[in-house]
Amino acid sequence: MAKQITIDAKGVHYTPLNQQIRKAIDDGADEIVINNVLGQRFIGNGLRGNAVIRVNGVAGGDLAMFMSGPTVIVHGNAEHAPGNTMDSGKVVIHGSAGDAVAHSMRGGKVFVRGDIGYRGGIHMKQYEDQRPILVVGGSAQTFLGEYMAGGLLLVLALDGVMNAREIGSGIHGGEIVIRGNVDESRLAAGAKKMPLTDEDRARIAPVIREFAADFELDAEPLVNADYTRIVPASARPFAGKYTWE
Amino acid sequence: MCGIFGVMDRRRQMMDGSGIRQALSMMNERGSGEGAGYVAYGIYPEYQDCYALHVFFDRACENKAAVDATLEQWGVIEHDEAIPTCDQPNLRVNCTPWRYFFKPDASLAPGSASPEKDIITDLVMQINASVNGAEVVSSGKNVGVFKASGWPEDVADYYRIEDYEGYIWLAHNRYATASPELWGKPDPFNLHDWSVVENGKITTYGANRRYIESFGYNCSTGTDSEVITYLIDLLVRKHGLDIDLAIRALAPPYWEEIDRMPEAKQRLNQALRFAYGSATMNGPFTIVAANPEMMVGFTDRGKLRPMVVGECGDRLYIASEEAAIRAMEPNVESITRPGAGTPVIGRVAP
Repeated sequence: MAKQITIDAKGVHYTPLNQQIRKAIDDGADEIVINNVLGQRFIGNGLRGNAVIRVNGVAGGDLAMFMSGPTVIVHGNAEHAPGNTMDSGKVVIHGSAGDAVAHSMRGGKVFVRGDIGYRGGIHMKQYEDQRPILVVGGSAQTFLGEYMAGGLLLVLALDGVMNAREIGSGIHGGEIVIRGNVDESRLAAGAKKMPLTDEDRARIAPVIREFAADFELDAEPLVNADYTRIVPASARPFAGKYTWE
Repeated sequence: MCGIFGVMDRRRQMMDGSGIRQALSMMNERGSGEGAGYVAYGIYPEYQDCYALHVFFDRACENKAAVDATLEQWGVIEHDEAIPTCDQPNLRVNCTPWRYFFKPDASLAPGSASPEKDIITDLVMQINASVNGAEVVSSGKNVGVFKASGWPEDVADYYRIEDYEGYIWLAHNRYATASPELWGKPDPFNLHDWSVVENGKITTYGANRRYIESFGYNCSTGTDSEVITYLIDLLVRKHGLDIDLAIRALAPPYWEEIDRMPEAKQRLNQALRFAYGSATMNGPFTIVAANPEMMVGFTDRGKLRPMVVGECGDRLYIASEEAAIRAMEPNVESITRPGAGTPVIGRVAP
Protein backbone atom coordinates (compact mmCIF):
# COMPACT_ATOMS: atom_id res chain seq x y z
CA MET A 1 0.00 0.00 0.00
CA ALA A 2 1.26 3.45 -0.89
CA LYS A 3 2.65 5.39 2.03
CA GLN A 4 1.88 9.09 2.19
CA ILE A 5 3.66 11.56 4.44
CA THR A 6 2.54 15.17 4.90
CA ILE A 7 4.91 18.00 5.81
CA ASP A 8 3.88 21.49 6.91
CA ALA A 9 6.38 23.97 5.45
CA LYS A 10 4.95 27.07 7.12
CA GLY A 11 7.85 29.17 8.31
CA VAL A 12 10.35 26.36 7.72
CA HIS A 13 13.68 27.20 6.06
CA TYR A 14 14.59 25.10 3.03
CA THR A 15 17.40 23.21 4.74
CA PRO A 16 15.25 21.56 7.45
CA LEU A 17 12.47 21.21 4.87
CA ASN A 18 14.71 19.20 2.54
CA GLN A 19 15.93 17.18 5.52
CA GLN A 20 12.31 16.27 6.28
CA ILE A 21 11.72 15.31 2.64
CA ARG A 22 14.80 13.07 2.63
CA LYS A 23 13.80 11.48 5.91
CA ALA A 24 10.31 10.78 4.51
CA ILE A 25 11.89 9.03 1.51
CA ASP A 26 14.22 7.06 3.80
CA ASP A 27 11.13 6.04 5.77
CA GLY A 28 9.66 4.57 2.60
CA ALA A 29 7.19 7.27 1.58
CA ASP A 30 5.77 6.94 -1.94
CA GLU A 31 4.01 10.27 -1.81
CA ILE A 32 5.04 13.36 0.10
CA VAL A 33 2.62 16.27 0.41
CA ILE A 34 4.20 19.58 1.39
CA ASN A 35 1.68 22.23 2.46
CA ASN A 36 2.09 25.99 2.95
CA VAL A 37 5.16 26.28 0.76
CA LEU A 38 6.12 29.94 0.38
CA GLY A 39 9.21 30.51 -1.68
CA GLN A 40 11.49 27.88 -0.12
CA ARG A 41 14.30 27.26 -2.57
CA PHE A 42 15.92 23.99 -3.66
CA ILE A 43 12.94 21.72 -2.87
CA GLY A 44 13.75 18.16 -3.92
CA ASN A 45 17.36 18.96 -4.77
CA GLY A 46 19.44 15.95 -5.71
CA LEU A 47 16.67 13.55 -4.72
CA ARG A 48 16.73 10.02 -6.13
CA GLY A 49 14.09 7.31 -6.32
CA ASN A 50 10.55 7.46 -7.64
CA ALA A 51 8.47 9.18 -4.98
CA VAL A 52 5.81 11.74 -5.87
CA ILE A 53 6.20 15.09 -4.12
CA ARG A 54 3.24 17.45 -4.08
CA VAL A 55 4.08 21.08 -3.42
CA ASN A 56 1.13 23.20 -2.33
CA GLY A 57 2.08 26.86 -2.58
CA VAL A 58 4.76 28.87 -4.35
CA ALA A 59 7.91 26.84 -4.98
CA GLY A 60 11.10 28.86 -4.60
CA GLY A 61 14.02 28.99 -7.01
CA ASP A 62 15.92 25.97 -8.32
CA LEU A 63 13.12 23.50 -7.65
CA ALA A 64 14.23 19.88 -8.28
CA MET A 65 17.78 20.91 -9.12
CA PHE A 66 20.00 17.86 -9.86
CA MET A 67 16.97 15.65 -9.17
CA SER A 68 17.14 12.11 -10.50
CA GLY A 69 13.90 10.16 -10.64
CA PRO A 70 11.10 11.59 -8.50
CA THR A 71 8.02 13.47 -9.73
CA VAL A 72 7.37 16.93 -8.29
CA ILE A 73 3.89 18.41 -8.77
CA VAL A 74 3.45 22.08 -7.89
CA HIS A 75 -0.04 23.44 -7.25
CA GLY A 76 0.94 27.08 -7.62
CA ASN A 77 3.69 29.04 -9.32
CA ALA A 78 7.44 28.44 -9.27
CA GLU A 79 10.23 31.00 -9.12
CA HIS A 80 13.39 30.93 -11.24
CA ALA A 81 14.99 27.84 -12.76
CA PRO A 82 12.79 24.86 -11.86
CA GLY A 83 14.48 21.72 -13.23
CA ASN A 84 17.94 23.32 -13.09
CA THR A 85 20.44 20.65 -14.24
CA MET A 86 17.83 18.00 -13.54
CA ASP A 87 18.92 14.51 -14.45
CA SER A 88 15.70 12.51 -14.71
CA GLY A 89 12.18 12.47 -13.30
CA LYS A 90 9.44 15.00 -13.82
CA VAL A 91 8.34 18.43 -12.66
CA VAL A 92 4.71 19.44 -13.24
CA ILE A 93 3.83 23.06 -12.47
CA HIS A 94 0.15 23.99 -12.52
CA GLY A 95 0.86 27.73 -12.45
CA SER A 96 3.55 29.79 -14.13
CA ALA A 97 7.30 29.96 -13.60
CA GLY A 98 10.02 32.60 -13.57
CA ASP A 99 13.14 33.06 -15.68
CA ALA A 100 15.60 30.34 -16.79
CA VAL A 101 13.16 27.42 -16.53
CA ALA A 102 14.92 24.07 -17.14
CA HIS A 103 18.31 25.76 -16.95
CA SER A 104 21.01 23.31 -18.15
CA MET A 105 18.56 20.43 -17.88
CA ARG A 106 20.12 17.04 -18.70
CA GLY A 107 17.12 14.71 -18.75
CA GLY A 108 13.55 14.14 -17.60
CA LYS A 109 10.56 16.40 -18.15
CA VAL A 110 9.43 19.83 -16.98
CA PHE A 111 5.78 20.67 -17.74
CA VAL A 112 4.51 24.19 -17.02
CA ARG A 113 0.79 24.83 -17.55
CA GLY A 114 1.06 28.63 -17.52
CA ASP A 115 3.72 31.01 -18.82
CA ILE A 116 7.45 31.00 -18.33
CA GLY A 117 9.82 33.94 -18.06
CA TYR A 118 12.94 34.84 -20.01
CA ARG A 119 15.61 32.36 -21.13
CA GLY A 120 13.44 29.24 -20.88
CA GLY A 121 15.45 26.11 -21.65
CA ILE A 122 18.76 27.96 -21.50
CA HIS A 123 21.54 25.50 -22.27
CA MET A 124 19.42 22.34 -22.16
CA LYS A 125 21.61 19.50 -23.33
CA GLN A 126 21.47 15.85 -24.36
CA TYR A 127 23.74 12.83 -24.37
CA GLU A 128 22.83 9.47 -25.87
CA ASP A 129 19.54 8.45 -24.25
CA GLN A 130 19.40 11.48 -21.97
CA ARG A 131 17.02 13.88 -23.73
CA PRO A 132 15.36 16.54 -21.56
CA ILE A 133 11.89 17.83 -22.45
CA LEU A 134 10.40 21.19 -21.49
CA VAL A 135 6.76 21.83 -22.38
CA VAL A 136 5.12 25.21 -21.79
CA GLY A 137 1.34 25.56 -21.96
CA GLY A 138 1.22 29.34 -22.16
CA SER A 139 3.72 31.84 -23.48
CA ALA A 140 7.48 31.92 -23.26
CA GLN A 141 9.52 35.08 -23.07
CA THR A 142 12.52 36.31 -25.02
CA PHE A 143 15.79 34.35 -25.37
CA LEU A 144 13.83 31.09 -25.44
CA GLY A 145 16.27 28.19 -25.90
CA GLU A 146 19.33 30.42 -25.46
CA TYR A 147 22.58 28.45 -26.02
CA MET A 148 20.45 25.32 -26.30
CA ALA A 149 22.56 22.23 -26.85
CA GLY A 150 20.01 19.43 -26.88
CA GLY A 151 16.59 18.15 -25.95
CA LEU A 152 13.08 19.26 -26.90
CA LEU A 153 11.47 22.57 -26.00
CA LEU A 154 7.77 22.71 -26.86
CA VAL A 155 5.59 25.81 -26.47
CA LEU A 156 1.84 25.32 -26.93
CA ALA A 157 0.79 28.99 -26.61
CA LEU A 158 -2.65 27.87 -25.39
CA ASP A 159 -3.76 31.45 -24.74
CA GLY A 160 -2.80 32.47 -28.27
CA VAL A 161 0.11 34.57 -27.01
CA MET A 162 3.77 33.92 -27.68
CA ASN A 163 6.02 36.72 -26.47
CA ALA A 164 9.43 35.26 -27.22
CA ARG A 165 11.87 37.04 -29.49
CA GLU A 166 15.52 36.21 -30.09
CA ILE A 167 14.50 32.57 -30.12
CA GLY A 168 17.38 30.12 -30.12
CA SER A 169 20.13 32.68 -29.59
CA GLY A 170 23.29 30.59 -29.76
CA ILE A 171 21.42 27.31 -30.23
CA HIS A 172 23.73 24.51 -31.37
CA GLY A 173 21.70 21.39 -30.60
CA GLY A 174 18.18 20.19 -29.85
CA GLU A 175 14.92 21.58 -31.20
CA ILE A 176 12.33 24.21 -30.32
CA VAL A 177 8.77 23.51 -31.44
CA ILE A 178 6.17 26.26 -31.15
CA ARG A 179 2.46 25.96 -31.94
CA GLY A 180 1.42 28.31 -34.73
CA ASN A 181 3.55 30.28 -37.13
CA VAL A 182 6.61 32.06 -35.79
CA ASP A 183 7.77 35.00 -37.84
CA GLU A 184 11.35 34.81 -39.06
CA SER A 185 12.09 38.12 -37.28
CA ARG A 186 11.61 36.42 -33.92
CA LEU A 187 14.50 34.02 -34.51
CA ALA A 188 17.96 34.88 -33.29
CA ALA A 189 21.06 34.57 -35.43
CA GLY A 190 22.09 30.95 -35.55
CA ALA A 191 18.54 29.55 -35.47
CA LYS A 192 16.52 28.50 -38.50
CA LYS A 193 12.99 27.35 -39.20
CA MET A 194 12.26 23.90 -40.56
CA PRO A 195 8.94 22.37 -41.56
CA LEU A 196 7.49 19.93 -39.02
CA THR A 197 7.57 16.59 -40.80
CA ASP A 198 5.25 13.66 -40.12
CA GLU A 199 8.09 11.93 -38.30
CA ASP A 200 8.58 15.02 -36.14
CA ARG A 201 4.88 15.09 -35.32
CA ALA A 202 4.87 11.40 -34.46
CA ARG A 203 7.81 12.06 -32.14
CA ILE A 204 6.19 14.95 -30.25
CA ALA A 205 2.65 13.49 -30.16
CA PRO A 206 3.25 11.32 -27.06
CA VAL A 207 4.74 14.33 -25.26
CA ILE A 208 1.67 16.46 -26.08
CA ARG A 209 -0.65 13.66 -24.96
CA GLU A 210 1.19 13.27 -21.67
CA PHE A 211 1.07 17.04 -21.07
CA ALA A 212 -2.64 17.15 -21.93
CA ALA A 213 -3.36 14.26 -19.56
CA ASP A 214 -1.50 15.95 -16.70
CA PHE A 215 -3.51 19.15 -17.09
CA GLU A 216 -6.81 17.64 -18.29
CA LEU A 217 -6.69 19.19 -21.74
CA ASP A 218 -8.08 17.86 -25.01
CA ALA A 219 -4.99 16.37 -26.63
CA GLU A 220 -5.97 15.66 -30.21
CA PRO A 221 -6.49 19.26 -31.45
CA LEU A 222 -3.02 20.01 -30.07
CA VAL A 223 -1.47 16.94 -31.64
CA ASN A 224 -2.91 17.96 -35.01
CA ALA A 225 -2.19 21.69 -34.80
CA ASP A 226 0.32 23.59 -36.94
CA TYR A 227 3.78 23.92 -35.46
CA THR A 228 6.97 25.77 -36.26
CA ARG A 229 10.14 23.81 -35.69
CA ILE A 230 13.31 25.75 -34.93
CA VAL A 231 16.73 24.13 -35.04
CA PRO A 232 20.36 25.24 -35.07
CA ALA A 233 21.61 26.61 -38.36
CA SER A 234 24.94 25.01 -37.52
CA ALA A 235 26.58 23.05 -34.73
CA ARG A 236 28.99 25.94 -34.17
CA PRO A 237 26.93 29.11 -34.54
CA PHE A 238 29.67 31.43 -33.32
CA ALA A 239 32.62 29.72 -34.95
CA GLY A 240 33.43 32.90 -36.84
CA LYS A 241 32.70 35.21 -33.95
CA TYR A 242 34.86 34.00 -31.11
CA THR A 243 37.49 31.96 -32.95
CA TRP A 244 39.54 32.44 -36.07
CA GLU A 245 40.77 29.47 -38.00
CA MET B 1 21.68 39.41 -6.25
CA CYS B 2 19.73 41.53 -3.68
CA GLY B 3 16.01 41.40 -2.91
CA ILE B 4 13.80 44.42 -3.44
CA PHE B 5 10.24 45.12 -2.46
CA GLY B 6 7.75 47.93 -2.97
CA VAL B 7 4.13 48.41 -2.01
CA MET B 8 1.81 51.32 -2.69
CA ASP B 9 -1.76 51.98 -1.62
CA ARG B 10 -3.54 53.96 -4.31
CA ARG B 11 -5.94 55.51 -1.77
CA ARG B 12 -3.22 56.39 0.70
CA GLN B 13 -4.41 53.85 3.25
CA MET B 14 -1.59 53.54 5.73
CA MET B 15 0.46 50.41 6.30
CA ASP B 16 2.72 50.02 9.29
CA GLY B 17 6.20 48.63 8.74
CA SER B 18 5.60 45.14 10.14
CA GLY B 19 4.31 43.65 6.86
CA ILE B 20 7.20 45.11 4.89
CA ARG B 21 9.68 43.71 7.41
CA GLN B 22 8.15 40.27 6.97
CA ALA B 23 8.12 40.53 3.17
CA LEU B 24 11.76 41.58 3.01
CA SER B 25 12.79 38.85 5.38
CA MET B 26 11.30 36.26 2.96
CA MET B 27 14.14 37.16 0.59
CA ASN B 28 17.05 36.69 3.00
CA GLU B 29 18.55 34.22 0.54
CA ARG B 30 19.06 37.30 -1.66
CA GLY B 31 20.92 39.17 1.04
CA SER B 32 24.19 38.73 2.87
CA GLY B 33 23.36 40.41 6.19
CA GLU B 34 25.49 43.40 5.27
CA GLY B 35 22.78 45.88 4.47
CA ALA B 36 19.06 46.44 4.51
CA GLY B 37 16.86 49.48 4.36
CA TYR B 38 13.34 50.80 4.24
CA VAL B 39 11.78 54.02 3.01
CA ALA B 40 8.20 55.11 3.65
CA TYR B 41 6.01 57.96 2.38
CA GLY B 42 3.47 59.57 4.67
CA ILE B 43 5.25 58.92 7.97
CA TYR B 44 5.54 62.52 9.22
CA PRO B 45 2.04 64.07 8.88
CA GLU B 46 2.69 66.49 11.77
CA TYR B 47 5.61 67.95 9.80
CA GLN B 48 4.28 67.44 6.29
CA ASP B 49 5.25 70.96 5.18
CA CYS B 50 8.87 70.43 6.22
CA TYR B 51 11.61 68.58 4.42
CA ALA B 52 12.58 65.70 6.69
CA LEU B 53 16.35 65.30 6.60
CA HIS B 54 17.62 61.97 7.91
CA VAL B 55 21.32 62.34 8.72
CA PHE B 56 23.89 59.81 9.91
CA PHE B 57 26.42 61.41 12.26
CA ASP B 58 29.63 59.55 12.96
CA ARG B 59 29.79 61.42 16.26
CA ALA B 60 26.77 63.66 16.74
CA CYS B 61 28.44 65.89 19.35
CA GLU B 62 31.27 66.73 16.95
CA ASN B 63 29.62 66.77 13.54
CA LYS B 64 26.19 68.21 14.18
CA ALA B 65 27.11 71.88 14.63
CA ALA B 66 28.37 72.14 11.04
CA VAL B 67 25.12 70.72 9.64
CA ASP B 68 23.00 72.97 11.89
CA ALA B 69 24.94 76.03 10.71
CA THR B 70 24.63 75.09 7.03
CA LEU B 71 20.89 74.49 7.29
CA GLU B 72 20.26 77.70 9.21
CA GLN B 73 21.89 79.70 6.41
CA TRP B 74 19.28 78.36 3.98
CA GLY B 75 16.09 78.17 6.00
CA VAL B 76 14.55 77.30 9.33
CA ILE B 77 14.99 74.13 11.35
CA GLU B 78 11.49 73.63 12.77
CA HIS B 79 12.54 70.71 14.91
CA ASP B 80 15.33 68.18 15.19
CA GLU B 81 15.91 65.07 17.26
CA ALA B 82 17.66 61.73 17.36
CA ILE B 83 15.74 59.08 15.42
CA PRO B 84 14.35 56.64 18.01
CA THR B 85 16.27 53.38 17.89
CA CYS B 86 16.43 50.18 19.85
CA ASP B 87 19.77 48.37 20.10
CA GLN B 88 19.92 44.95 18.46
CA PRO B 89 22.44 42.31 19.52
CA ASN B 90 23.43 41.57 15.91
CA LEU B 91 23.73 45.14 14.73
CA ARG B 92 26.99 46.99 15.22
CA VAL B 93 26.02 50.63 15.56
CA ASN B 94 28.66 53.02 14.23
CA CYS B 95 26.69 56.23 13.78
CA THR B 96 23.86 58.27 15.25
CA PRO B 97 20.78 58.59 13.03
CA TRP B 98 19.26 62.06 13.39
CA ARG B 99 16.34 63.86 11.77
CA TYR B 100 15.71 67.50 11.01
CA PHE B 101 12.38 69.01 9.96
CA PHE B 102 13.52 71.85 7.78
CA LYS B 103 11.88 74.66 5.81
CA PRO B 104 14.13 76.09 3.09
CA ASP B 105 13.80 79.78 2.27
CA ALA B 106 12.58 79.77 -1.34
CA SER B 107 13.65 83.38 -1.86
CA LEU B 108 17.28 82.21 -1.71
CA ALA B 109 16.91 80.38 -5.04
CA PRO B 110 15.52 83.12 -7.29
CA GLY B 111 14.57 82.15 -10.81
CA SER B 112 14.16 78.47 -10.04
CA ALA B 113 11.01 76.61 -11.06
CA SER B 114 11.33 74.45 -7.93
CA PRO B 115 13.35 76.60 -5.52
CA GLU B 116 12.84 74.51 -2.38
CA LYS B 117 13.97 71.33 -4.10
CA ASP B 118 16.95 73.10 -5.66
CA ILE B 119 18.03 74.29 -2.23
CA ILE B 120 17.54 70.83 -0.72
CA THR B 121 19.48 69.24 -3.60
CA ASP B 122 22.36 71.67 -3.11
CA LEU B 123 22.35 71.20 0.65
CA VAL B 124 22.43 67.40 0.36
CA MET B 125 25.32 67.57 -2.13
CA GLN B 126 27.18 70.11 -0.03
CA ILE B 127 26.82 68.32 3.31
CA ASN B 128 27.64 64.90 1.85
CA ALA B 129 30.69 66.24 0.04
CA SER B 130 32.13 68.57 2.64
CA VAL B 131 30.94 67.90 6.19
CA ASN B 132 33.09 65.20 7.70
CA GLY B 133 31.16 62.62 9.68
CA ALA B 134 27.71 63.61 8.44
CA GLU B 135 25.70 62.02 5.65
CA VAL B 136 22.19 62.99 4.58
CA VAL B 137 20.37 59.76 3.66
CA SER B 138 16.92 61.18 2.94
CA SER B 139 15.55 64.64 2.39
CA GLY B 140 11.92 64.64 1.27
CA LYS B 141 8.66 65.90 2.68
CA ASN B 142 6.81 63.36 4.77
CA VAL B 143 9.29 60.62 3.86
CA GLY B 144 12.20 58.91 5.58
CA VAL B 145 14.91 56.33 4.87
CA PHE B 146 15.85 53.83 7.58
CA LYS B 147 18.88 51.74 6.72
CA ALA B 148 21.90 50.07 8.28
CA SER B 149 24.42 47.32 7.78
CA GLY B 150 22.67 44.14 8.92
CA TRP B 151 19.86 41.69 8.22
CA PRO B 152 16.42 43.15 7.39
CA GLU B 153 14.84 42.06 10.68
CA ASP B 154 17.59 43.62 12.79
CA VAL B 155 17.51 46.87 10.82
CA ALA B 156 13.70 47.02 11.09
CA ASP B 157 13.76 46.36 14.83
CA TYR B 158 16.59 48.83 15.37
CA TYR B 159 14.52 51.63 13.83
CA ARG B 160 11.22 50.21 15.18
CA ILE B 161 9.74 50.55 11.72
CA GLU B 162 6.51 48.90 12.87
CA ASP B 163 5.87 52.26 14.61
CA TYR B 164 5.74 54.12 11.27
CA GLU B 165 2.77 54.23 8.94
CA GLY B 166 3.14 54.99 5.25
CA TYR B 167 1.14 54.62 2.03
CA ILE B 168 4.22 53.74 -0.07
CA TRP B 169 7.07 51.58 1.21
CA LEU B 170 10.21 50.45 -0.57
CA ALA B 171 12.65 48.01 0.98
CA HIS B 172 15.99 46.50 0.07
CA ASN B 173 17.83 43.37 1.18
CA ARG B 174 21.44 43.86 0.15
CA TYR B 175 23.85 41.22 -1.10
CA ALA B 176 27.06 43.18 -0.74
CA THR B 177 29.42 42.70 -3.67
CA ALA B 178 31.12 45.92 -4.60
CA SER B 179 31.55 48.29 -1.69
CA PRO B 180 32.18 48.06 2.06
CA GLU B 181 29.36 47.68 4.55
CA LEU B 182 28.87 51.28 5.58
CA TRP B 183 25.47 52.27 6.89
CA GLY B 184 24.92 54.78 4.11
CA LYS B 185 25.65 52.26 1.34
CA PRO B 186 22.57 50.05 1.20
CA ASP B 187 19.46 51.14 -0.67
CA PRO B 188 17.04 52.85 -0.52
CA PHE B 189 18.68 55.98 -1.84
CA ASN B 190 16.63 59.15 -1.59
CA LEU B 191 16.75 62.75 -2.81
CA HIS B 192 13.71 64.80 -1.68
CA ASP B 193 10.78 63.35 -3.67
CA TRP B 194 12.44 60.31 -5.20
CA SER B 195 13.56 57.07 -3.57
CA VAL B 196 15.17 54.14 -5.37
CA VAL B 197 15.90 50.50 -4.62
CA GLU B 198 17.86 48.42 -7.11
CA ASN B 199 18.73 44.78 -7.60
CA GLY B 200 21.61 44.55 -10.01
CA LYS B 201 24.78 46.17 -11.22
CA ILE B 202 24.83 48.95 -13.74
CA THR B 203 27.76 48.39 -16.05
CA THR B 204 27.45 51.88 -17.54
CA TYR B 205 27.89 53.42 -14.08
CA GLY B 206 30.91 55.50 -15.08
CA ALA B 207 29.27 57.03 -18.15
CA ASN B 208 26.01 57.67 -16.30
CA ARG B 209 27.83 59.25 -13.38
CA ARG B 210 29.86 61.58 -15.60
CA TYR B 211 26.65 62.58 -17.34
CA ILE B 212 24.70 63.36 -14.16
CA GLU B 213 27.64 65.14 -12.55
CA SER B 214 27.79 67.46 -15.55
CA PHE B 215 24.42 68.80 -14.33
CA GLY B 216 25.79 69.61 -10.88
CA TYR B 217 24.82 66.46 -9.02
CA ASN B 218 27.65 65.16 -6.89
CA CYS B 219 27.85 61.39 -6.46
CA SER B 220 29.37 60.82 -3.04
CA THR B 221 28.36 57.23 -2.19
CA GLY B 222 29.45 55.47 -5.37
CA THR B 223 26.28 53.38 -5.50
CA ASP B 224 24.10 52.66 -8.53
CA SER B 225 20.95 53.85 -6.81
CA GLU B 226 22.48 57.27 -6.17
CA VAL B 227 23.04 57.80 -9.90
CA ILE B 228 19.60 56.40 -10.74
CA THR B 229 17.89 58.73 -8.26
CA TYR B 230 19.67 61.77 -9.65
CA LEU B 231 18.93 60.74 -13.25
CA ILE B 232 15.22 60.40 -12.48
CA ASP B 233 15.20 63.76 -10.67
CA LEU B 234 16.95 65.42 -13.62
CA LEU B 235 14.71 63.93 -16.30
CA VAL B 236 11.41 64.34 -14.47
CA ARG B 237 11.83 67.51 -12.39
CA LYS B 238 14.34 69.48 -14.45
CA HIS B 239 13.57 68.31 -18.00
CA GLY B 240 9.85 67.82 -17.45
CA LEU B 241 9.63 64.32 -18.93
CA ASP B 242 6.69 62.12 -17.99
CA ILE B 243 7.83 59.18 -15.93
CA ASP B 244 7.19 56.67 -18.74
CA LEU B 245 9.42 58.66 -21.08
CA ALA B 246 12.07 59.03 -18.39
CA ILE B 247 12.12 55.25 -17.89
CA ARG B 248 12.28 54.81 -21.67
CA ALA B 249 15.31 57.11 -21.75
CA LEU B 250 17.05 55.19 -18.96
CA ALA B 251 16.21 51.70 -20.26
CA PRO B 252 15.42 52.22 -23.96
CA PRO B 253 14.38 49.56 -26.44
CA TYR B 254 17.09 48.01 -28.61
CA TRP B 255 17.61 49.68 -31.99
CA GLU B 256 16.12 46.60 -33.70
CA GLU B 257 12.93 47.08 -31.69
CA ILE B 258 12.81 50.75 -32.59
CA ASP B 259 13.18 49.80 -36.27
CA ARG B 260 10.01 47.72 -36.01
CA MET B 261 7.89 50.55 -34.55
CA PRO B 262 5.43 52.70 -36.52
CA GLU B 263 7.02 55.90 -37.77
CA ALA B 264 5.85 58.39 -35.15
CA LYS B 265 6.81 56.10 -32.29
CA GLN B 266 10.09 55.34 -34.01
CA ARG B 267 10.97 59.03 -34.18
CA LEU B 268 10.11 59.59 -30.53
CA ASN B 269 12.28 56.66 -29.44
CA GLN B 270 15.14 57.71 -31.70
CA ALA B 271 14.98 61.23 -30.28
CA LEU B 272 15.08 59.88 -26.73
CA ARG B 273 18.06 57.67 -27.50
CA PHE B 274 19.94 60.50 -29.17
CA ALA B 275 19.16 63.01 -26.41
CA TYR B 276 19.81 60.66 -23.52
CA GLY B 277 22.46 58.27 -24.83
CA SER B 278 24.66 59.00 -21.83
CA ALA B 279 21.79 58.37 -19.41
CA THR B 280 21.06 54.93 -20.88
CA MET B 281 21.78 52.22 -18.34
CA ASN B 282 23.13 48.84 -19.27
CA GLY B 283 23.83 45.75 -17.23
CA PRO B 284 21.51 43.61 -15.14
CA PHE B 285 19.01 45.51 -13.02
CA THR B 286 15.54 45.73 -11.62
CA ILE B 287 14.67 49.14 -10.20
CA VAL B 288 11.75 50.22 -8.07
CA ALA B 289 11.38 53.96 -7.55
CA ALA B 290 8.81 56.08 -5.80
CA ASN B 291 7.83 59.66 -5.16
CA PRO B 292 4.83 60.93 -3.15
CA GLU B 293 2.50 60.36 -6.12
CA MET B 294 3.66 57.10 -7.64
CA MET B 295 5.62 53.87 -7.53
CA VAL B 296 7.32 52.49 -10.65
CA GLY B 297 9.27 49.35 -11.49
CA PHE B 298 11.34 48.42 -14.54
CA THR B 299 14.10 46.07 -15.60
CA ASP B 300 17.07 46.11 -17.94
CA ARG B 301 16.36 45.42 -21.60
CA GLY B 302 17.80 41.93 -21.54
CA LYS B 303 15.78 41.09 -18.42
CA LEU B 304 18.66 39.78 -16.36
CA ARG B 305 16.91 40.30 -13.01
CA PRO B 306 13.50 39.18 -11.76
CA MET B 307 10.48 41.42 -11.22
CA VAL B 308 7.15 40.13 -9.96
CA VAL B 309 4.08 42.36 -9.72
CA GLY B 310 1.09 41.73 -7.48
CA GLU B 311 -2.21 43.54 -7.20
CA CYS B 312 -4.84 43.33 -4.52
CA GLY B 313 -7.58 45.92 -4.20
CA ASP B 314 -5.89 49.32 -3.98
CA ARG B 315 -2.48 47.80 -3.32
CA LEU B 316 0.25 47.46 -5.91
CA TYR B 317 3.26 45.28 -5.11
CA ILE B 318 6.58 44.98 -6.94
CA ALA B 319 9.15 42.47 -5.69
CA SER B 320 12.03 40.22 -6.62
CA GLU B 321 10.03 37.15 -5.59
CA GLU B 322 6.37 36.22 -5.48
CA ALA B 323 6.81 34.75 -2.00
CA ALA B 324 7.60 38.19 -0.59
CA ILE B 325 4.33 39.57 -1.95
CA ARG B 326 2.34 36.64 -0.61
CA ALA B 327 4.01 36.97 2.78
CA MET B 328 2.42 40.41 3.08
CA GLU B 329 -0.74 39.73 1.04
CA PRO B 330 -1.66 36.01 1.18
CA ASN B 331 -4.82 36.60 -0.87
CA VAL B 332 -3.16 38.64 -3.63
CA GLU B 333 -5.53 38.81 -6.61
CA SER B 334 -3.07 38.81 -9.49
CA ILE B 335 0.58 37.95 -9.97
CA THR B 336 2.38 38.88 -13.19
CA ARG B 337 5.93 39.06 -14.47
CA PRO B 338 6.05 42.00 -16.88
CA GLY B 339 8.53 41.83 -19.72
CA ALA B 340 11.58 44.02 -20.14
CA GLY B 341 10.60 47.38 -21.54
CA THR B 342 7.18 47.22 -19.91
CA PRO B 343 7.46 49.57 -16.96
CA VAL B 344 5.00 49.14 -14.13
CA ILE B 345 3.61 52.53 -13.16
CA GLY B 346 1.22 52.86 -10.24
CA ARG B 347 -0.18 56.26 -9.32
CA VAL B 348 -1.77 57.36 -6.09
CA ALA B 349 -5.36 58.57 -6.60
CA PRO B 350 -5.43 62.39 -6.76
